[in-house]
Amino acid sequence: MLIIILLISISLTIAIGFLIAFVWGMRTGQFDDTYGPSVRMLFEDKKKK
Amino acid sequence: MKSIDHVQEIVTQCFHCGQPCEEERFQKDGKVFCCFGCQTVYDILASHNLCEYYDFEKNPGSPQARAVEEDAYNYLDLPEVKKSLVSFQSDTFTRVTFRIPAIHCVSCIWLLENLSAVNAAIVKSNVVFGRKQVTIDFLSDKLSLAAVARLLAQLGYPPQIQLDSSIAKAPESNRSLIIKLAVAGFAFGNIMLLSFPEYLGLDGADIQLQHWFSYLNLLLAIPVVVYSGRDFFINAWLSFQQRQINIDVPIAVGLAALFLRSGYDIVTSTGAGYMDSLTGLVFFLLIGRWFQSKTYERLAFDRDYKSYFPLAVQRWTNMGWYPVVVYELVKGDRIRIRHSEIIPADGILLSEEAIIDYSFVTGEARPVTVGKGNDIFAGGRLLGQAVELTISKKTEQSYLTSLWNHATFQKPAESKYRKIIDRAAQRFTWFVLALAVVTAVYWYVYDSTQLWLVITSVLMVACPCALALAAPFTYGSMLRLFGLHGFYLKNADVVERLATIDAVVFDKTGTLTQGAHTVKFMGVIDPHELAWVQLLASGSTHPLSRLVADSIQKKSNVAIQDFCEYPGQGLAGKIDRIEIKLGSASWVGFTGFQKDASSQVFVSIGGEVRGYFKIETAIRPDMKNLIHRLGNIVKALLSGDHSLDQTKMKELFGKVPLFFDQSPHDKLSYVEKLQGDNHRVLMVGDGLNDSGALKQSDVGIAVSDDTGVFTPACDGIIKGSVLGNLDRFLSLGKKATIILKIAFGISFFYNFIALSFAVSGHLTPLVAAILMPISSVSVVGFSSLAVRWVGRSLST
Repeated sequence: MLIIILLISISLTIAIGFLIAFVWGMRTGQFDDTYGPSVRMLFEDKKKK
Repeated sequence: MKSIDHVQEIVTQCFHCGQPCEEERFQKDGKVFCCFGCQTVYDILASHNLCEYYDFEKNPGSPQARAVEEDAYNYLDLPEVKKSLVSFQSDTFTRVTFRIPAIHCVSCIWLLENLSAVNAAIVKSNVVFGRKQVTIDFLSDKLSLAAVARLLAQLGYPPQIQLDSSIAKAPESNRSLIIKLAVAGFAFGNIMLLSFPEYLGLDGADIQLQHWFSYLNLLLAIPVVVYSGRDFFINAWLSFQQRQINIDVPIAVGLAALFLRSGYDIVTSTGAGYMDSLTGLVFFLLIGRWFQSKTYERLAFDRDYKSYFPLAVQRWTNMGWYPVVVYELVKGDRIRIRHSEIIPADGILLSEEAIIDYSFVTGEARPVTVGKGNDIFAGGRLLGQAVELTISKKTEQSYLTSLWNHATFQKPAESKYRKIIDRAAQRFTWFVLALAVVTAVYWYVYDSTQLWLVITSVLMVACPCALALAAPFTYGSMLRLFGLHGFYLKNADVVERLATIDAVVFDKTGTLTQGAHTVKFMGVIDPHELAWVQLLASGSTHPLSRLVADSIQKKSNVAIQDFCEYPGQGLAGKIDRIEIKLGSASWVGFTGFQKDASSQVFVSIGGEVRGYFKIETAIRPDMKNLIHRLGNIVKALLSGDHSLDQTKMKELFGKVPLFFDQSPHDKLSYVEKLQGDNHRVLMVGDGLNDSGALKQSDVGIAVSDDTGVFTPACDGIIKGSVLGNLDRFLSLGKKATIILKIAFGISFFYNFIALSFAVSGHLTPLVAAILMPISSVSVVGFSSLAVRWVGRSLST
């Protein structure tokens, strides 16, 4: 049964990692613009002159 | 001379902005432009290799891109203005965020993020599309802030400058709400998973695991109570201090009971606790808060006159004309105002003549001509030639802005109305407390060992989660539905107040009438003569001439001779040696005309009077039907204008009293008087002169044809084109309240079931975990679907 405790510890650690990642993303404003990035990736890179 | 009859009407679209072009006057690289402004933008882009702009969207530019004057935006370089605008500043580097209403498409994003190609001093620019904002990093030793703003304006993206630094701060609270929601959702999901062994039943050796899981649940629930649910406890405490019970009080009590009881169960190993119910509850409640908090970021509902007035004007100093911030103007300053600028403070005219449009501040539809030495009031918009004036009063003491010293503007608006949800919560809380006492007495007699368990159970299930969700989802869905149809409310509470309205008061100018004018020619005239008239009229800056010139589609390319303008009378000029006169009846020599509500511009050609242009403000379509459908809840028309339109309005309103020449204070006190007679008043207005009445009324709605422009402080903004639907919006507001009451019924039903479990001592964690989500989901589902169902009428 020790294995369940181990597995749950691992799964919780990973989940908390994702939660922290989300909080960080939110705090730094990565979800502020939900439209811009979807079109920005389609722009051609500028040719360096 | 080219004959006009041969000019064909070619419908081509402007390559830049997509407006139809009548003439191919502006051409470049085989592309047609509607005006010089559009061509200039194209030139700039073409010379910097930025024509990709036109690849993403067809005709992406904004129309009416006007030439930007060289000294425009100079005031941005004044230290005090600059300080409040920039978010970061060092000796060489500055970061500024502008709000740009013109941002509307992919091309806009592309161009604004490639500003560095136009000017190398711009390091980086970044668009936030949803908020129509652009953040620009630039080298301030090479480029001034004013120059950045000018560049944007030249490209057709004039920034909207506002000194209140509310731009970037608004999303902060929303962000923290979403983080709280995420934490609660995270804990809820994990605790549900970890509770499975308990519900499915474990035996023998695995019983150890059960304890372990319970402690894990306790650990996960702590941040939910302490962090995510914090606001409920704070709000409950605040309302408790004010000796009022709002919905947060029973919620806080329920949350506390759930947490303490579960903690006790877990620590003493007497049970698994109700942590899944607790975290689920917080999660659902926060969803409700989030749903309710979503509003229209683009729209501003809280503007006062300060954001209508200009930030700075040109003031005369010993060294010449320099920009100065408006609030630094003092009595005796000499300032210069240009065409279409707003007068910032009361003053005395130094120039010969000024034409001023007060329609937004006083409701007077017709521009006023003021002679030298006369008073000019703050808030008017100058039309025509630039004028100079001496300040006689500071902005905040000016005649028209004195309205804001009225008490209505000093008190907070929210306290006037006690919400349905809080009234329901109050009764509910007393009922639950009474029930808890009765149950306690019963169990004390019957089996005192169970006493605390039963009491905590009662308090736990009494937590009105479904009740708390009903209002946000009903009113929130209604708010979204209204928004889809051009009616934007400040927040969901306004829907509730809308339902109680039993008196409607209208403003005239800009509300019932459109900002636009209709110009009709009465008389006989040849098309080519009409084109001459257009040519003559376009030479003048007088507002009536402008209207006449704009109303004539035919254009002539002939030269005009001996053009002259006589203030207060009219225009004259010669084309092909034929004298053409435009102006008042006496100017063209016409007698026997009956004056009516419209303005007239008479025309004579070669000494012969041909007729006149009849210029009227147009009443919005559908107003008659609207007023008819609203019936006897329409209480009055309050117009700041003189009574020239009386006959027209009488026809529209029937027996409803009409008030003309109303000052902003008169309007406010009329609304107050209605409220004194126990009416709940809806004021519909548009201008600064309505702002007192809008604020005083129970619901103040501003009419706007363009939601990007200034609207006075209000509870909602309605698009001019959908004003005819106002009665439907009102009746939908009433239906929303009915839906809410049904949703209350559903939630009470679930509470009743749960309470019957609780008082009999049968509330197991499993029952709680099933009942709680079901009640929330069914209330949310019902209210959202019901709103959509009653909202069908708007789509037809």
